[in-house]
Amino acid sequence: MSTVYNLKREVEKPARLTGGHRLCAGCGAGVIVSGVLRALNKEDRAVVVNATSCLEVSTFMYPYTAYMDSYIHSAFENSAATCSGVEAAYNALKRRGKVEETVKFITFAGDGGTYDIGFQSLSGAMERGHDMVYVCYDNEAYMNTGIQRSSSTPRFARTTTTPIGSVGQGKKQNKKDLVEILVAHNIPYVAQTAPIGNFKDLHTKSYKAIYTEGPCFLNVLSPCPRGWDYPMAKLSEITKLAMDTCVWPLYEVEEGVWHLSYTPKKKLPVEDFLRPQGRFKHMFQKGNEWMIEDAQAYVNQKWERLLEHTGA
Amino acid sequence: MSNCLSGNEAVAYAIKQINPDVMGAFPITPSTEIPEYVANYVANGEVNTEYVTVESEHSSMSVCIAAQAAGARSVSATSSCGLALMYELLYVAASCRLPITLACVNRALSGPININADHSDSMGARDTGWIQIYAENNQEAYDNFLMAMPIGETPSVRLPVMTCMDGFITSHAVENMELLETDAVRKFIGEYNPENYLLKRENPLAVGPYDVSAYYMEHKVLEAEAMKAAKARILEVAAEFEKISGRSYGLFEEYMMEDAELALVLIGSSAGTAKAAIDKLRAENVKAGLVKIRVFRPFPGEELARALAGTRAVAVMDKSEGFSANGGPLFAETRSALYDLKVRPYLIDIVYGLGGRDVKTEDIEKVFGRLADIAVTGETQPVYTHMGQRSKEEIA
Ligand SMILES: Cc1ncc(C[n+]2csc(CCOP(=O)(O)OP(=O)(O)O)c2C)c(N)n1
Ligand code: SF4
Ligand SMILES: [Mg+2]
Repeated sequence: MSTVYNLKREVEKPARLTGGHRLCAGCGAGVIVSGVLRALNKEDRAVVVNATSCLEVSTFMYPYTAYMDSYIHSAFENSAATCSGVEAAYNALKRRGKVEETVKFITFAGDGGTYDIGFQSLSGAMERGHDMVYVCYDNEAYMNTGIQRSSSTPRFARTTTTPIGSVGQGKKQNKKDLVEILVAHNIPYVAQTAPIGNFKDLHTKSYKAIYTEGPCFLNVLSPCPRGWDYPMAKLSEITKLAMDTCVWPLYEVEEGVWHLSYTPKKKLPVEDFLRPQGRFKHMFQKGNEWMIEDAQAYVNQKWERLLEHTGA
Repeated sequence: MSNCLSGNEAVAYAIKQINPDVMGAFPITPSTEIPEYVANYVANGEVNTEYVTVESEHSSMSVCIAAQAAGARSVSATSSCGLALMYELLYVAASCRLPITLACVNRALSGPININADHSDSMGARDTGWIQIYAENNQEAYDNFLMAMPIGETPSVRLPVMTCMDGFITSHAVENMELLETDAVRKFIGEYNPENYLLKRENPLAVGPYDVSAYYMEHKVLEAEAMKAAKARILEVAAEFEKISGRSYGLFEEYMMEDAELALVLIGSSAGTAKAAIDKLRAENVKAGLVKIRVFRPFPGEELARALAGTRAVAVMDKSEGFSANGGPLFAETRSALYDLKVRPYLIDIVYGLGGRDVKTEDIEKVFGRLADIAVTGETQPVYTHMGQRSKEEIA
């Protein structure tokens, strides 16, 4: 196939995640799953794995599945081990002549299922080297259970377990840098991406992840209008702001070599990303200017560090 | 062929003969040797099992669930805390109707941490939807493991099977035992050909839905029906197994029960001790007998009631504390099973052997002594006691 990305050609492929699922309108997760699965070569089959999450309960509610491919959900904390098990079965059955064709293995889990409760399972699967792709759709909180904080939730964000009160000022800790931890696993391909523009970045990275042998990891920004508290029509606007403020840089690490995928023409102040979202509203109250300053300093520091890695 | 093997080696050897597609491997005393033996079979090319060295028992069971759903025969082995860590997934395995085989080498649960045998691990998992078959000795551990797949994989059953043996007492003791020829084993087990599986080319499959109230109960009833259907299948498989092995198995074993007036009901390796005590008592004209439960799930309630119908006093011996304040799990099942009898024997519960506390023939004789008194006086109080625990003064 041609390696030049062509959105029109891609969307003409039969959809592997069909409509009619129950994700909220404007949810990033559905766009991400369609985008990743679209990167599969048409003739290749896949087994899709889900961790318990908004995505899982919305796309496979008995007796309807939204997936055209085989699919398994087992629990919240074990999607990587589950994917390992399917891949192990594939190796065994292939060796014994019971399966012949190419099958790819792709896991989708939320940030809670990845940064937190599924972290051990993920680390184990990556270390063992299964030929699989693990996609974290990162909406920065436990959305399915009603917006509780995770270790991916950014500092100051309001969630139902980090509420704003006379003392409470949202989440106290910074977001865990999961991508760096995955890079430290020395796996062939790790990337951070987002469903942005014509989906080229998401597509290209998904294709690489799917067709690179061994364990590959994608961290994908997944805006959630419910949890982030912004109007649902603003998916692409919010995503773009996350990139242009360098809150969510796009980059990849191939065989240990870092590469920056996107440099904003003009790096916007972090408050441009924070302002449209209700979860950061308290940061704009009088007397809380320091929060925005701290948030900006943190983004700058992470961005500088990334530039050092990528040599950009 | 006659061989000297430990219980762990016997189960590992069964795995070698079966050559399953996938094994999830994680160490925990006293089951560790099982994955170790299999690792050597893999290293020597004696099996071509996909041997997945997971980072926890949680992942071990997760791998088995996924692999079995994908169309592969999957096995694992664990004990105690390992089984407890699998707890949530045991339900997933059973409700997805995946006939995984798990060797549980029984060990006490923490805390305090203790590595010796009792049944608190597998008893904690008794309501997860797994078939549970317990062994008295190495031979039974081997035989039960071989029978697990033909039972679990039957279309009317499709449930996971846990084969249990007592840690150290059975898992580490070396005994003389009979092994089947590998060809005979392969023929007996057959190929695993599930109707639907993830890797089936013609028909994609979705496993593990979010199930709404409108369907959930129907699914649970199907699972319950499968567990009922398992009883007949267990006996069928036992009959087939007898043809190739000459060894006969039922839902439980009755020892000297034809005319028994006083009887014990227990599980596992203590049956050997009980049989020795019964032989001695029989020589003294005490009509003592034993029912050794082999299949705990599905529980053979009606059959057990029939076996105990002619007795006058029965002691259930529980090798786990259920903390129900009303007796151990085997007692609860047995008492419930006896309820429908018109004339019931007196019934007491004795919790024993926790954390590897030894039980001797003299201890069993004492239980029969108490049953003899109860048969005369009708006085069962206290109904629920613990055997062999020391008093505060003794410990001090
Ligand atoms: C062991 C376990 N603990 C808790 C839950 C409840 N639970 C289900 S989904 C979920 C949050 C999922 O968060 P995340 O992974 O970020 O996905 P999201 O819903 O945000 O997309 C929680 C807490 C569970 N299903 N299993
Ligand atoms: S709550 Fe958020 S993550 Fe969940 S379906 Fe709605 S938009 Fe998507
Ligand atoms: Mg989330």
